[in-house]
Amino acid sequence: MRENTKVIEKLAFAILGLATLIIIAPVGIILFIVLWHGLPGLSFEFIFSMPREGMRAGGIFPAIVGTLVLTVGTAAFSIPVGILAAIYLNEYAGRNWLTRLFEISIINLAGIPSIVYGLFGLGLFVTFFGFGASILAGSLTLSIMTLPVIITATREALSAVPMAFREVSFSLGASRWQTVSRVVLPNAIPGILTGTILGLSRAAGETAPILFTVAAFYLPRLPQSPFDQAMALPYHIYVLSTQVPNVSLRTQYSTVLVLVLMVFILNIAAAYIRAKFRRRKTW
Amino acid sequence: MKNLFEFIVEKAIFLSGAASIIFVVLIFIFLLKEGLALFGEVNFFAFLFGQNWYPISDPPQFGILPLIMGSVFVTFGAIVIAVPLGLAAAIYISEVAPHSIRGFLKSGIELLAAIPSIVLGFIGIIFLAPLLKNIFHLGSGLTALAGSIMLAFMALPTIVSIIEDAIVSVPRSYKEGALALGATHWQAIYRVTIPAAASGILAAVMLGIGRVVGETMAVLMITGNAAIMPTSLLQPVRTLTATVAAEMGEAVSGSSHYYSLFAIGIVLFIISFIINIFADIFLHRSKAMKRRKK
Repeated sequence: MRENTKVIEKLAFAILGLATLIIIAPVGIILFIVLWHGLPGLSFEFIFSMPREGMRAGGIFPAIVGTLVLTVGTAAFSIPVGILAAIYLNEYAGRNWLTRLFEISIINLAGIPSIVYGLFGLGLFVTFFGFGASILAGSLTLSIMTLPVIITATREALSAVPMAFREVSFSLGASRWQTVSRVVLPNAIPGILTGTILGLSRAAGETAPILFTVAAFYLPRLPQSPFDQAMALPYHIYVLSTQVPNVSLRTQYSTVLVLVLMVFILNIAAAYIRAKFRRRKTW
Repeated sequence: MKNLFEFIVEKAIFLSGAASIIFVVLIFIFLLKEGLALFGEVNFFAFLFGQNWYPISDPPQFGILPLIMGSVFVTFGAIVIAVPLGLAAAIYISEVAPHSIRGFLKSGIELLAAIPSIVLGFIGIIFLAPLLKNIFHLGSGLTALAGSIMLAFMALPTIVSIIEDAIVSVPRSYKEGALALGATHWQAIYRVTIPAAASGILAAVMLGIGRVVGETMAVLMITGNAAIMPTSLLQPVRTLTATVAAEMGEAVSGSSHYYSLFAIGIVLFIISFIINIFADIFLHRSKAMKRRKK
């Protein structure tokens, strides 16, 4: 009997391990495929020149710049608001119905489908505010989508700072804002950075929210102002793989590779900050 | 002077705290503002239960039932794939895997979460669709099943990490009690730990469903985009999200087609709202257990 249960356990654990492998292995395979087919087409010219011949030749420079600009625009709005919101929830808010209401709306904001953000951006920023399809409208739409990620990560980082730090600061006569800005925030910065970068990397790879708010199908020049449309890498991949006939697979793969690299660089940076911080943490 | 500065900062902090609810309300208002205009000319029930989606025919028909069914088919397939896999992986990572590879496995899951959905859609077109075409001898591999498989992978990081959290927050003493009574590690896991983590697992399933229903680009690229009532997973389908993404570019602003896409947005908003409320209820129960543990 005992023998039997041991065999069942071995079998069960083997199946669990196999399931984990089924999830993890495709990640490696996908990355390998993208690298293998994408690297040969990756050149200085591909990265830094304008697309030509209806995007079938030349480079993807405007799409890269577009995605960078959108990411910076998203950061400019979502970081300050996200961090302040987290400070409110963690340092100021009491345990009451209002706080609970704010928390529920953050959870809901996080769950709203990305295409609905696209519709919202179209309705509010593009049409109602009259920004038109523009970098401004696209960045604001992406910001609101990124906000819950930044708030949640910042809140976690803030609540990891020991209560005693705050008590000492208060006992020395510091006000709440002085305590937050000079004691709590400096100690929470690595955690905030990690979460923020992860949030931005998601925004950089999103397509649906920018479809109707900023993305240009084909615009072989760099954006001049926040009210310009711009190309963006994720949308460019969509266009190359489904909208334009006869784009060489190599061009498609290389474009995918550039996006994957940008997103992964951000993720690696976040992981690095987290790891470095963990080693240094003394409390 | 300093007090004035603090006063302003603290007002800004409160305003930002309220930003999330302001945005949720704004999103709903703008969806309603543009979407409700449709119901001046189209009956609400004809919209929700109509079986024909011909938005640019003359006269146009705005029945979204085939789109709802498309989303239901793709979501059902994805959840059937993702929940057992995710549960198994979460158990393996938190209870079984040797410490040395635990970190590696977690990074793998994080990496999966980092891959943009457009990239998975691209891989789906190039590898998955031809593969399914050959296996099932189909005319085209761009089917609901292709969407389900890709979406399962997109939902997995969420599902795994939430179940893992739920398992880790089960009090140690539960498992130790089972082991002391002579249960094997596996018996303790599936008779004690898993039932105790049930609300966290339900939350993971709900959030997984939310993630899948809302996914847009990959679905648009690999499900074949046919707005017909589906009868099997091996058919091309068109989901709610994909319809909005595919047609908004051509819809004339202010036309009933334009309004109908916003009306689909309302449906999606309400679905995600309900799913998230339920997920939150389950998560709270799971957290309550964590607090008991302390």
